[in-house]
Amino acid sequence: MNENAIVFDRVSKSYPLYHHIIGGIKRFIFNLPGAIKAIKTSRYEALNDVSFEIRKGETVGVIGRNGAGKSTTLGLIAGVMQCTSGRLTVNGRVAPLLELGAGFNHELTGRENIMLNAVLLGLNISEVKERIESIVEFSELGDFIDQPIRVYSSGMLARLGFSVAAHLNFEILLVDEVLGVGDQQFQKKCYDKIIEAKKSGMTIVFVSHSMPEIERVCGRVIWIENHTVKRIGETKEVVTAYLKAQENNG
Amino acid sequence: MSKRLRHYIDLILVLTDKEMKLRYKSSILGYLWSIGHPLALALVFFVAFKVVMKIQMDNYALFLICGLFPWQWFQNSVTVSPTLFLNNASIIKKVNFPRNIIPFVSVLQDMIHFILSILVIAGFMLAYRKAPSVAWIYGIPVLLVIQFLTAYGASLFIASINLFFRDLERLTTIFMTLLFYFTPVIYPVSMVPDKYKFYVNLNPLGPLMISWRGLFLEGKLETQTVSIAMLYAVLFCALGSFVYKKLSVRFGEIL
Ligand SMILES: Nc1ncnc2c1ncn2[C@@H]1O[C@H](COP(=O)(O)OP(=O)(O)OP(=O)(O)O)[C@@H](O)[C@H]1O
Ligand SMILES: [Mg+2]
Repeated sequence: MNENAIVFDRVSKSYPLYHHIIGGIKRFIFNLPGAIKAIKTSRYEALNDVSFEIRKGETVGVIGRNGAGKSTTLGLIAGVMQCTSGRLTVNGRVAPLLELGAGFNHELTGRENIMLNAVLLGLNISEVKERIESIVEFSELGDFIDQPIRVYSSGMLARLGFSVAAHLNFEILLVDEVLGVGDQQFQKKCYDKIIEAKKSGMTIVFVSHSMPEIERVCGRVIWIENHTVKRIGETKEVVTAYLKAQENNG
Repeated sequence: MSKRLRHYIDLILVLTDKEMKLRYKSSILGYLWSIGHPLALALVFFVAFKVVMKIQMDNYALFLICGLFPWQWFQNSVTVSPTLFLNNASIIKKVNFPRNIIPFVSVLQDMIHFILSILVIAGFMLAYRKAPSVAWIYGIPVLLVIQFLTAYGASLFIASINLFFRDLERLTTIFMTLLFYFTPVIYPVSMVPDKYKFYVNLNPLGPLMISWRGLFLEGKLETQTVSIAMLYAVLFCALGSFVYKKLSVRFGEIL
């Protein structure tokens, strides 16, 4: 049981600033030497030398200011991006709940999106069919489930996203501050579900700007600042230090 | 069946279903569209070359149909390819799955439409008092595989590159128009002047389109022509896969 679910070993992630080539192939070819040099030199370091371990069954919070690199960290765990250097190990299937509406197509209905999203994440069609009714029921979207999701409000998108991710029963759940837009009653339902998942041994990584929620669900917290780990430890201790730092800053 | 294979099949099914819904709203409309477009083109070329310019060829309408249907499949697959990954940005950025399945599904769907439209070709044959040949039974699958690989390779290549240089859409359209007139689709190879005949084989689509028409009209497959077409198919597929492999790790951060 002491096995690690997620290990970051001196991980760095830099984004190339691609705007100069997105300008088009014509511009790229007519400006070849400059363009090649720009690709090599203009990179933005989003994470720098980050190391931590998350054990199986742990619930870990990730906090930090806007642009600190929290979403980047989750993107790396979800495998939608690769790190630039260092080593990253993930043991278990990942159910990512990243941004609002992530992984959905806006023209398809809620029900069609559940099927699409769950199959993309690794379930078979038959497995989704077994679960789709409980997913729909959990989301409480009613008749809207058969409407294209472009007519959904942000809270409704969050409901749909959380309902799918929570019903995959994967080993690792990632939540990136999407629950904030849900109403009181649904948020409570989500936290109950998260606590239930926690009891069943799921590993959860939870990004939020709401310290009360972090304190409620997380056992440990990672505080990311200036693109690297500033502090990692017991929830209470890290949150207190973080809040204090925020106050001092202004 | 292994779980992995089962999942690949399900992925293909779900994505095909999604494309059908988004592109055509219904599968019947999609099919009608896939027949209607080449038929309209056939009509245009028939009027221009037979009625007006009086080209010296028997059964020119049938000739056009047998060339335009397979061409239209290739053209459709390539023309949509620049937008394939772009249009799926929200799923590519947030979910980790084999992304080459998107071009795969797109070409597969065009292929299914083409297969269904072979009925139309057979109908025209009968109208011209020609019987479909037995050679179709093995010839069609062989050419389907060749054209699938060619179109998939091209689509994968263009879709991947276009994430980095977002202006390939117009270039692709221009290129496809050029390629169309340089490929013996609306004229037979026999009319190409001798000194240019060699170049037909340099055109990756030339041997394939010649093979399709030979198969439909005469029930013949020339080994040499088919081999060249196969060679191009393998080359396209290898090139597309190579470029995809190099670039796909960056898809998540560039979209
Ligand atoms: N695809 C990208 N290309 C270039 N830069 C990026 C990309 N994604 C993120 N960044 C940059 O990386 C840094 C970290 O971004 P990230 O989204 O991880 O922040 P965050 O901690 O989640 O912030 P927030 O609290 O606002 O959600 C930011 O400065 C951002 O501008
Ligand atoms: Mg974020």
